[in-house]
Amino acid sequence: MTVLIRGARPYGEDAADILLRDGHVAAVGGSLSAPDAEVVDAAGLVALPGLVDLHTHLREPGREDAETVETGSRAAALGGYTAVHAMANTDPVADTAGVVEQVWRLGQQAGLVDVVPVGAVTVGLRGERLAELGAMADSAARVRVFSDDGMCVADPALMRRALEYVKALDGVVAQHAEEPRLTTGAQMHEGDRSARLGLTGWPAAAEEAIIARDVLLAGHVGARLHVCHVSTAGSVEILRWAKSRGVQVTAEVTPHHLLLTDECAEGYDPVFKVNPPLRTDADVAAVRRGLAEGVIDAVATDHAPHAVEDKESEWAGARPGMLGLEQALSVVVATMVETGLLDWRGVADRMSVRPAAIGRLETHGRPLAPGEPATLLLLDPAARAVVDPAALASRSRNSPYAGRELPGRVVHTFLRGVPTVTDGKATR
Amino acid sequence: MRRHLLEAADLDRADATLVLDTAAQIDAALAGREVKKLPTLRGRTVVNLFYEDSTRTRISFELAAKRLSADVINFSAKGSSVSKGESLKDTALTLEAMGSDAIVVRHSASGAPHRLAHWVRGSVVNAGDGTHEHPTQALLDAYTIRHRLGRLEGVRVAVVGDVLHSRVARSNVRLLHTLGAEVTLVAPPTLLPVGVGSWPAEVSYDLDAVLPKADVVMMLRVQAERMAASYFPSAREYSRRYGLDARRMAALGDDAIVMHPGPMNRGMEIAAEVADSVRSTIVEQVGNGVSVRMAVLYLLLGGAPS
Repeated sequence: MTVLIRGARPYGEDAADILLRDGHVAAVGGSLSAPDAEVVDAAGLVALPGLVDLHTHLREPGREDAETVETGSRAAALGGYTAVHAMANTDPVADTAGVVEQVWRLGQQAGLVDVVPVGAVTVGLRGERLAELGAMADSAARVRVFSDDGMCVADPALMRRALEYVKALDGVVAQHAEEPRLTTGAQMHEGDRSARLGLTGWPAAAEEAIIARDVLLAGHVGARLHVCHVSTAGSVEILRWAKSRGVQVTAEVTPHHLLLTDECAEGYDPVFKVNPPLRTDADVAAVRRGLAEGVIDAVATDHAPHAVEDKESEWAGARPGMLGLEQALSVVVATMVETGLLDWRGVADRMSVRPAAIGRLETHGRPLAPGEPATLLLLDPAARAVVDPAALASRSRNSPYAGRELPGRVVHTFLRGVPTVTDGKATR
Repeated sequence: MRRHLLEAADLDRADATLVLDTAAQIDAALAGREVKKLPTLRGRTVVNLFYEDSTRTRISFELAAKRLSADVINFSAKGSSVSKGESLKDTALTLEAMGSDAIVVRHSASGAPHRLAHWVRGSVVNAGDGTHEHPTQALLDAYTIRHRLGRLEGVRVAVVGDVLHSRVARSNVRLLHTLGAEVTLVAPPTLLPVGVGSWPAEVSYDLDAVLPKADVVMMLRVQAERMAASYFPSAREYSRRYGLDARRMAALGDDAIVMHPGPMNRGMEIAAEVADSVRSTIVEQVGNGVSVRMAVLYLLLGGAPS
């Protein structure tokens, strides 16, 4: 298959034609011609390498009523993603080679993005003993990222062992940083609003204490650590310090922590309940700055689909989490590009290049250059649309952006030269 | 008045004063009557939807509705709270379909009445939600203070005890501020929420320093099980530092009153001789609760067509 993309702006820079042939970029330049090619008019569209999500909940196996690998893959492709890391907190938990291979195969069948399973660090996410990390790494799923996401590996000795053990697998432990003794019953960010709303507070210190502990451990044993969904200004400071000391630590921030604050909890609509919780304006400013500086390496969605009945309840009874795949790039455009904090190369770096490197995905996050995989997206940065949850490809509707106007529309996505999204519609 | 009473902030000064004045009129109208009943809400249906045991609050609302001639249904949903049994929404829609005009709701989850208000056309009255608010308690407290002291403007109120977990404290801080009173919260730091500094109230850790200046001392219930989570070392130490006993009561000004929303832990936050003293308004508060709840139901439902 040969595709000639006419007049796109790679990384938002000067317009060029991009020729895709046999799954690779054949040429990039002015006025290319290829008589056999299907032509895509991309005038005004920004071309970026396909996005890589380090943090996606696809819910299959176990909660296929909320999302499946297929529906989540479609949502991802529509968001400009070409690879997603599927979190391990499924039912059964992805803590064996069998489960991770099942998820990987479902991803292959769906064929819209590369579904890269994350393996659980501990058996059943229980935080008691290590799962068979080596078996998952050696499986067809080639697991490199291990996480008990949703649960913190709270036991410091176990965390140390996990960090050490995955060194042999070229793996990384992705930590959900939450000291459980400080967050018993926690419902929202602990501060002025939680005091007034009478919702049990989730203190910033509960996140920062674990990150501080873990960077010390990672430095001590010389292992790679990845910090999931960083949400506080203090966490950014600790990461900055750790990186300055040479600790091999990387970190991600979610789109919702870049945009929304605990003000959303007013009214008690659980669509805004998430873990870690939405924080303050000062925290939002700090994580944006951290992402701009590269202290935070990546944007990761923490896409967390939930069935209606798990969200349509009193706040305390609702499950935490919100959708993200289909709006992530738009939120980054709104919070980072339109504010001047990141240019398009910066967006490519934080949403594709670095997450691919953290996940050890050799064929993602590559430059838009001849010989590289034809894995890319085309974005209309000028388009603006109001988010309608009913129009989402995800099986769930718990979008915190409902009714909000956001910039940017993914028009085309290609995975190894094959279109997965054409004119804003998934191809399968 | 708005359609719902979900939190004290729903009431501006005029609304809050209207509730208190209406309660006073109801008291006057019923005083000395043999049949303590008004026809105002005849044909209206009030549902008491209680997800938590609270006999006194439920009975108070039930009596209030009955004295206004409303039909009253008690729907005890205890045990079917958070993530068990029928959802709050389904219960709401069921009650709606049965034609309820007002739902009085008590729930262990903060904000449950706010959610309920999204799903029903009738009025929702918050009868206590988690650790958030209990606005009719604050109204009856304000009514009691005004009745005893003759005013609310400038009255100095000390609210003492487990502010962190208290919906009574949250509603009182807001409402008393709206009505011009000056609130000081007194508690060990462990029982004050992070963020209390943003409330319209002073904060003190020292009860003895606050008492001489207080016109009203409102004691909050302190549950002994808070000890297990190290909010304080022992019941005895709590009582020594923050309990209101006869010695401390002697430090109060001549006209100062002592309040408690009940149920009391005698010997813990309040000594028996204080609870039973002439300063105590505790029994009076219970009676005022019915009048104030009648006023709230009347104002929410009285004007609107069914």
